[in-house]
Amino acid sequence: MSRHAVGNGARVGYPAGPVDSSLLPPILAGPRRARLALSDGTLLHGFAAVRAAWADGEVVFNTSMTGYQEMLTDPSYHGQILVLTTPHVGIVGVNRDDQESGRAWVRGLIVPDLSTAPSNWRSEGGVLERLAAQGVPVAWGFDTRALVLHLREHGALPGVLDCGGALSDGELVERARAARGTDGCDLTGEVGCTAPEGWSEGPWPGWAGSGGVGGWSDPGPRATDPGPRILVVDCGVKRSILRRLVGAGADVSVVPPRTAAADILGVEPAGVVVSNGPGDPAAVAQVAETMRELLGRVPLLGICLGHQLLGRALGATTFKLPFGHHGGNHPVRDEATGAVWITSQNHNYAVDPRTLPAGARVTMTNLTDGSVEGIAADELGAEGIQFHPEAGPGPHDALSVFSRFLERCRGEGRGKRGEKDP
Amino acid sequence: MSASSDRGSPLSPPRSPLSLGRVGVRCVCVLGAGPIRIGQACEFDYSGVQGVQALREEGLRVVLVNSNPATIMTDPERADATYIEPVTADVVAAILESEKCDALLPTLGGQTALNVAVELAERGVLDRLGVKLLGASVEAIRTAEDRERFREAMRRAGVPVLPSVTVASLAKADEAAAVVGFPAILRPSFTLGGTGAAMVYNRDEYAVAIRQALAASPVSEVLVERSVEGWKEYELEVMRDRADTVVIVCSIENLDAMGVHTGDSITVAPALTLTDKEYQVLRDAAATCLRTVGVETGGANVQFGVDPATGEWVIIEMNPRVSRSSALASKATGFPIARIAAKLALGYRLDELENAITRSTPTSFEPALDYVVVKIPRFAFEKFAGVADTLGTSMKSVGEVMAIGAGFEEALLKAVRSLESGRVGLGAPPHVAALDDEGLGERLRIANPDRLWAFAEAVRRGWELPRLARETRWDPWFVHRIASLVVAERVLAEGRDDGALLAAAKRLGFGDADLARIVGGEEAEVRARRTAAGAVRRYRKVDTCAGEFAAATPYLYGSFGTLDEAPPRVRPAVVILGSGPVRIGQGIEFDACCVHAVAGLRAQGRDAVMVNCNPETVSTDWDAADRLYFEPLTMEEVLDVVAREEAEGVMVQFGGQTPLKLARGLAAAGVRVLGTSPDAIHLAEDRERFAEVLGRLGLRQAPGETVFSIDEARAAGSRLGFPVLVRPSYVLGGRGMEVVFGESELASYWRREVVATPEHPVLIDRFLERAVEIDVDALSDGHDVVICGVLEHIEEAGIHSGDSSCVLPSVSLALEVSAEVRRIARLLARELGVVGLINVQLAVRDGVVYVLEANPRASRTVPFISKATGVPWASLAAQVSCGATLKELGVHDGVPAGVAVKMPVFPWDRFPGVDPLTGPEMLSTGEVMGLADSFGEAFAKAALGAGLKLPLAGAVFLSLADTDKSRAAALAARFEELGFELLGTAGTVATLSAAGIHAGVVRKVSEGRPHVVDRMVNGEIQLVINTATGSRAHRDGIAIRRGALEHGVPYVATVPGAFATAEAIAALRRGQLSVRPLQRWHERVRIGQSFKS
Repeated sequence: MSRHAVGNGARVGYPAGPVDSSLLPPILAGPRRARLALSDGTLLHGFAAVRAAWADGEVVFNTSMTGYQEMLTDPSYHGQILVLTTPHVGIVGVNRDDQESGRAWVRGLIVPDLSTAPSNWRSEGGVLERLAAQGVPVAWGFDTRALVLHLREHGALPGVLDCGGALSDGELVERARAARGTDGCDLTGEVGCTAPEGWSEGPWPGWAGSGGVGGWSDPGPRATDPGPRILVVDCGVKRSILRRLVGAGADVSVVPPRTAAADILGVEPAGVVVSNGPGDPAAVAQVAETMRELLGRVPLLGICLGHQLLGRALGATTFKLPFGHHGGNHPVRDEATGAVWITSQNHNYAVDPRTLPAGARVTMTNLTDGSVEGIAADELGAEGIQFHPEAGPGPHDALSVFSRFLERCRGEGRGKRGEKDP
Repeated sequence: MSASSDRGSPLSPPRSPLSLGRVGVRCVCVLGAGPIRIGQACEFDYSGVQGVQALREEGLRVVLVNSNPATIMTDPERADATYIEPVTADVVAAILESEKCDALLPTLGGQTALNVAVELAERGVLDRLGVKLLGASVEAIRTAEDRERFREAMRRAGVPVLPSVTVASLAKADEAAAVVGFPAILRPSFTLGGTGAAMVYNRDEYAVAIRQALAASPVSEVLVERSVEGWKEYELEVMRDRADTVVIVCSIENLDAMGVHTGDSITVAPALTLTDKEYQVLRDAAATCLRTVGVETGGANVQFGVDPATGEWVIIEMNPRVSRSSALASKATGFPIARIAAKLALGYRLDELENAITRSTPTSFEPALDYVVVKIPRFAFEKFAGVADTLGTSMKSVGEVMAIGAGFEEALLKAVRSLESGRVGLGAPPHVAALDDEGLGERLRIANPDRLWAFAEAVRRGWELPRLARETRWDPWFVHRIASLVVAERVLAEGRDDGALLAAAKRLGFGDADLARIVGGEEAEVRARRTAAGAVRRYRKVDTCAGEFAAATPYLYGSFGTLDEAPPRVRPAVVILGSGPVRIGQGIEFDACCVHAVAGLRAQGRDAVMVNCNPETVSTDWDAADRLYFEPLTMEEVLDVVAREEAEGVMVQFGGQTPLKLARGLAAAGVRVLGTSPDAIHLAEDRERFAEVLGRLGLRQAPGETVFSIDEARAAGSRLGFPVLVRPSYVLGGRGMEVVFGESELASYWRREVVATPEHPVLIDRFLERAVEIDVDALSDGHDVVICGVLEHIEEAGIHSGDSSCVLPSVSLALEVSAEVRRIARLLARELGVVGLINVQLAVRDGVVYVLEANPRASRTVPFISKATGVPWASLAAQVSCGATLKELGVHDGVPAGVAVKMPVFPWDRFPGVDPLTGPEMLSTGEVMGLADSFGEAFAKAALGAGLKLPLAGAVFLSLADTDKSRAAALAARFEELGFELLGTAGTVATLSAAGIHAGVVRKVSEGRPHVVDRMVNGEIQLVINTATGSRAHRDGIAIRRGALEHGVPYVATVPGAFATAEAIAALRRGQLSVRPLQRWHERVRIGQSFKS
């Protein structure tokens, strides 16, 4: 800043006095440099928003234009460096209601531009302070579009984000080469809860009045009836899933990812949800095995990682997508009705439909690349949804997934909406 | 990538099963929006072009109706049958019947088309003819348009609305005010772009405004509504298909809070200051709104208000059609809303349609933006003396610019320099810098076109951000970011030798010219230094998906990133410079010329590269040219595009004054300007040099002089003799041009107008009273010259050519005069070395032809002449500019297919209190064409198209200026012949009775009551003929003209116009107007020519 020492400012008609540095665009305020090294040797430059040294992880991008707080706190991003393409991040700050878990999970954050002075009536603070407090490296001023085009071509790559500057470029690239991706990793134990917990918070009340889309607005007769007991196997669950279940009228409990099938069945749940979470489904064998044991014995819903694990429990294989689905605008077609939903997505792996066994079918398809977005094994009472029907962030088109699942759990089956459990 | 088993092969984009329920129609009638008006501009040309193409791809016969000849949609090759006829229920009914149409698509032609569709449905015409309404049902249109029904529907659906009451009479007005409270907003039902809407803060204001609002509504109905002024305003562009898939194409956030019409607001896309939860509230409500109103297929625009303090929100309104906002959304995202709307109307589902940008993903998705778009409206207050430039709920802007940047700052600064307002950045214009603090505060508090610059000035004066946010009611985030750009200026000025700082400034979006202002020095110097510092503009694709998928369409914007996505060049390219924002004097005509130039370039084997910044236009459509650069038309940005494209040259003659201003600079920078040389262009603009040319050629010119001071002007005036025509040099649209009748008036003119352009001299000519004015357009290849058309103005010289009604071919010129006019045009084209188009304006008095001016470029009249002659002149001009010869192209003089009348439309209804009188300064916003076998019929059609309801009988009121009284008798006699009762002012009646014609005397407003306006209100006058001479100060009759305007009585302001009107009425009395498609008119020309050859 010293090189911008103030003169009299007369030529453009300013009052005398120092420049208010809080008002100066950060790019003119001598920002410190940040670097991102990818495992293929690519090195990109931007600016550091924090002094945290460095972090490695799999570099993934998300094209959603809203919902950075939800993404940062989504446990599915554990082990990943998140690149956001939306031009400005941080404008609306952070608040309690938009947390998807108790903390930020991303290993690092790269954005085109970062706002540190939030403006929103719900804001309780800036996103940067939150991340900095957790030691997450945050960088801005990267050409995120160039980075996305690179990842689109070469796939999600491990990388190292450096905000400290102590390492040489060569050392950084070496570390990127050594960084682990998510392939072959079971990360659920690192993000899931460690003991069973109850959950009672419902959907955000601010949604009331926007038209009753998806049936979430009526939490049902909860005051007198606790609703069907739903156990959520927490592989890194987003709170929105829990809130939506509560909103649809469920009595929700969360259990650790390694809870045994017998223990799950022991509490006689009306249904079991296996949540989203980070990592390679092929490596999360234990949860898949648990699901296999649950098949046919309790209604099952797998979401995202839970969906992939359901596929594996049924005997199908999973594979890694070229660059994953990370955005809030993916069209998904319901194969039964032809309805198209705009969905929120965040996954790198998918179920290979050619390996699904008899008795299992593809229920939903991604219209951009034809990948599987939903499967069902009707006889076994199991369904999987690859995208995020709970949104948070993203469109609400698929919220009916929860009410339909609860109907199944209530044993009401085909359309007998509104009746109580016997 | 180890886990990948058989990677990629499970993936293939799925095919959607073809839907079975496609609407079974064969012939669709598409309605256009008619003439360009404030609130309904060239966005409906873009939508019509896309829609017509989308329908024809399906093998349907498309019949198009639009009275606006300056549109691309009315090019004869676009539709199967093109009717340049008035967009009225009667005319459309006749066309539906004769064309045997079985479907009508009204959602692409703005409010005009929707209104006609509703009328046809209500009159039972659609049922009688078995015509299916596509895109929106009458029920849905009514629910969306009728505010009370809309609100009731929203209440039922649980979507919050504002407290309001509909008032249909004065009696209910007080009751409504009690329910709603203040501040309140009054919105007349069924008006265009919020005409007549008003904000009131107390009972007294309310009492006045409610009367005006009731009068403004064609159904005398006004919605009185609680005002949420100061709330944030958002818009969502929504599409829905018949399978009930809903997608949000774009969210738009208004920088200006509610209370300013969205068309007049600075807007930003995507919405930036909402969390995901809050955005999803609006998304859900928008979908609910479409479902509830019953918009089964197509696009709609839904507006919301959000309280920034609490998040409380309401739905404001919904438009069940493509709109100005959807044009913006289309350009902002690359999603072709109008095209898709047309397909959906046929029954397609979104997932069956391909995303035309990526060509690999379906249309059932929501575009993701990795850039920011800023729109800034452009205004024309300076043209309407005495009108306050306050912005409110009634739209006032005449055009807009859009800019794309990597972030908000870059987009904003690019939009600012796209405006062509003379401001290269946020530097305050002198009249803003001169304000005291109190005045500055007012400019911040009350929305006006200067507010952005007033804001910057306030930042310079050290005003605190919270205060700025309070005054402007802009979101604190925007306040912070805009203020930071102003603070940056100071740091940049102090670090002027720091290359890294300069490069950083480029990333923020500062223009070279702006940096030159800030750091001192020349623009070229800044350019060289920032380039040396590594700040080189690179181009990014607008791809609808933030880079997630590869995009096939080269729609590009410039920024200072690390990657350049412009595809490598394979064929030689020529850059066409567009015309920037629409403004009075430079409208859609120039965009039409630019689009035609694309065709010409392609015919010559060149890739056409378009540069433009106007989101409303066809030229900025993703497939209008081979490549589109959505960039400001500045020296900096144009040079960068030319360099990136390694372009062979640049076309500057199609985009009006905008590219011409750049021509010499481009040439100086080594860019090849194709066609007429920049020097020749300049020669024609330079009065002294042009006079020399005329002298050399032995051509006459009204005597005139160039002056630099008021003293010189006075001297010139007395030498030339008053009246004189005065104007600043280098203007388009007659900005500041006036006929001045004496010395004191000259002085007041000087005080008023000349400050605006101190760097340019003022031209003073003797004014040729009562001369007939002629416009000639000609095309030259540098050797041969052909005449495109000779237009005779109906009004006499002294009214701007853009504001005159014109007829082609001329109806009154003697044959030798006509020949002389053509000779002069050819002579000038050769002498000036024109390669391409030239427009020559001439005046004929007593058989003598005077040259008024020559413009070596495509003129406003070129599209009109193309429609009248069936020849794509601008396209040929582009070919000629590439080196083709007229002989090779087989081009001959244009032959009019019939009698074509061009008539302007004016925005008087937008500017209450303005004298609706034309003069040398152009004030019209658009034009219509009437094409017929006779002059009377053509004029009648034009009048109808312009919205003038000519009476077939009744009383005509005459009030003629003294200079016109010699013609009073003939005029009155003509109306008497037609069976009209004659009324007049005492003076005119006396003149008539001296000629033996009886007329009744009606009092002027100043002569006591009942006066002429009372008689109009009572329906006793059907037509007003009121002519005026003399200066503004001396013109009386404002009350008469304004009264006629406000009470819907057609009025004519010139004697020749009155004679023409009489012929039109005569034609109307002979029976129904005949309609004929343009293709048949043109066939007639071709057959005629084949007989000749």
